[in-house]
Amino acid sequence: MALLRVEDIRKKFGKNEVLKGISFSLEKGEVLAIIGSSGSGKTTLLRCLNFLETPEQGRIFVGDEELFDGEANEKMSDEQIRVKRLHFGLVFQNFNLFPQYNILQNVTLAPSLLKIDTPQNIEAHARELIEKVGLTEKAAQYPCELSGGQQQRVAIARALAMRPDILCFDEPTSALDPELTGEVLKAIKGLKSGDSTMIVVTHEMEFAKNVADRVIFMADGVIEEEGTPADVFDHPKSEKTRAFLQNSLENF
Amino acid sequence: MNTFFEQFPIVFNALNVGFLQTMKLFAVTLLGAIPLGLLICFGSMSRFKPLSSVVRTIVWVVRGSPLMIQLLIVYYFPGLVLKTAIWGGGEHGRFIAASIAFILNYACYFSEIYRGGIQGVPHGQQEAGQVLGLSRRQIFFKITLLQMIKRIVPPMSNEIITLVKDTSLARIIALQEIIWAGQAFMKGSQGISGQIWPLFFTAVYYLVFSGILTILFSKLEKKLSYFKV
Ligand SMILES: Nc1ncnc2c1ncn2[C@@H]1O[C@H](COP(=O)(O)OP(=O)(O)OP(=O)(O)O)[C@@H](O)[C@H]1O
Ligand SMILES: [Mg+2]
Repeated sequence: MALLRVEDIRKKFGKNEVLKGISFSLEKGEVLAIIGSSGSGKTTLLRCLNFLETPEQGRIFVGDEELFDGEANEKMSDEQIRVKRLHFGLVFQNFNLFPQYNILQNVTLAPSLLKIDTPQNIEAHARELIEKVGLTEKAAQYPCELSGGQQQRVAIARALAMRPDILCFDEPTSALDPELTGEVLKAIKGLKSGDSTMIVVTHEMEFAKNVADRVIFMADGVIEEEGTPADVFDHPKSEKTRAFLQNSLENF
Repeated sequence: MNTFFEQFPIVFNALNVGFLQTMKLFAVTLLGAIPLGLLICFGSMSRFKPLSSVVRTIVWVVRGSPLMIQLLIVYYFPGLVLKTAIWGGGEHGRFIAASIAFILNYACYFSEIYRGGIQGVPHGQQEAGQVLGLSRRQIFFKITLLQMIKRIVPPMSNEIITLVKDTSLARIIALQEIIWAGQAFMKGSQGISGQIWPLFFTAVYYLVFSGILTILFSKLEKKLSYFKV
């Protein structure tokens, strides 16, 4: 059974229909890359999955648990939302680390406040994650002392500390200088072997091609094309996809 | 008592008494205005439009008119218009009236500083807390609050040092603070009259006290400089 099932998600901002019925599913351990031009609704989709936005319509399942149903009459309480969103993690474009905490504290803050484990285990797990993203020596430093690439790797460790079923990335390298994108992409790639399930919104076509198991191309709030990297990049069926890929090649 | 050295101990004592009253007004104003400012701040940021517009209008009026007028109104209005001198005539009554005017005035200034501090914390901080499953309370107390404090320390220290000097406005309702005490020696008090140096000397008190505050605040700023917002 699919780990994640998204059915017919629709989202409007005022009159602006941003998601016009998005459906897809994801198996455990799969990496899904979402590409598409600016304004096509990629960020909005990730925000809906993380309950930062509420869709007007559609359903979201993780395993056999229904997390969201647009038809439901009752509004979910804050408490309910908090429990449900723990299935997902989100890494932001601009990191959003907590500046007043050092790296280790950034990673342990949420697990400690939510008491998901003993303090010793939380710290041990955090140190493991920090090692995994290659920042062991930086554990006692503060975000302002780190480069953008290092900060983003901390953000990844922080998201993993809550042990989400599905980790979402919203253009994790867009805010970085070109020479720093590599280390972040490498860290994300490194998670793949650890059978993390991931959704990565990205403008890095090479990365999508090489790391993703599946690629979704979004245009104007719909999934225009979907398939393996080979399908989408080498044999695009849709005219829009071809135009988009052509464009991003030229910009490169 | 003609020589400066004869006058000095008498003047010094009188100024100390006056300065104690100045300090009391300063402390009471802070104690009242710091929390009241937070309430006003929440009121002005309320999503309930009628509340926020009323609060914002009050803040506009209070910040847009001289503190001296507010002092006079608070002190004289009840007696002259309502015909009930609720403050009484004595020093105690004057102190209460002055405290009310100062607290209200400074709470309005503080509320705007708080508002800037809260709105200055990027929304992404809150969202980062949310996606990690934290509650609103946890996000406020564990993430936003310290960043907000760091942002408001410099403007608050300016405002508080201004308050030190503003307390002298209470002279207008004859509160016996340090300016009043210094001026007494111009008209004549304790055998000294026609002297203006005691009034000038009051400035030393203000200078020393605001100097101490400046040092304390820069220590606090330094303490919070381990992180950047
Ligand atoms: N909070 C909001 N209020 C109103 N409109 C919004 C809001 N968030 C997004 N939108 C609109 O929704 C549309 C899709 O935005 P979204 O950020 O999801 O696009 P995107 O695919 O992530 O683009 P980009 O590649 O530039 O990040 C845009 O037209 C945007 O203006
Ligand atoms: Mg986006």
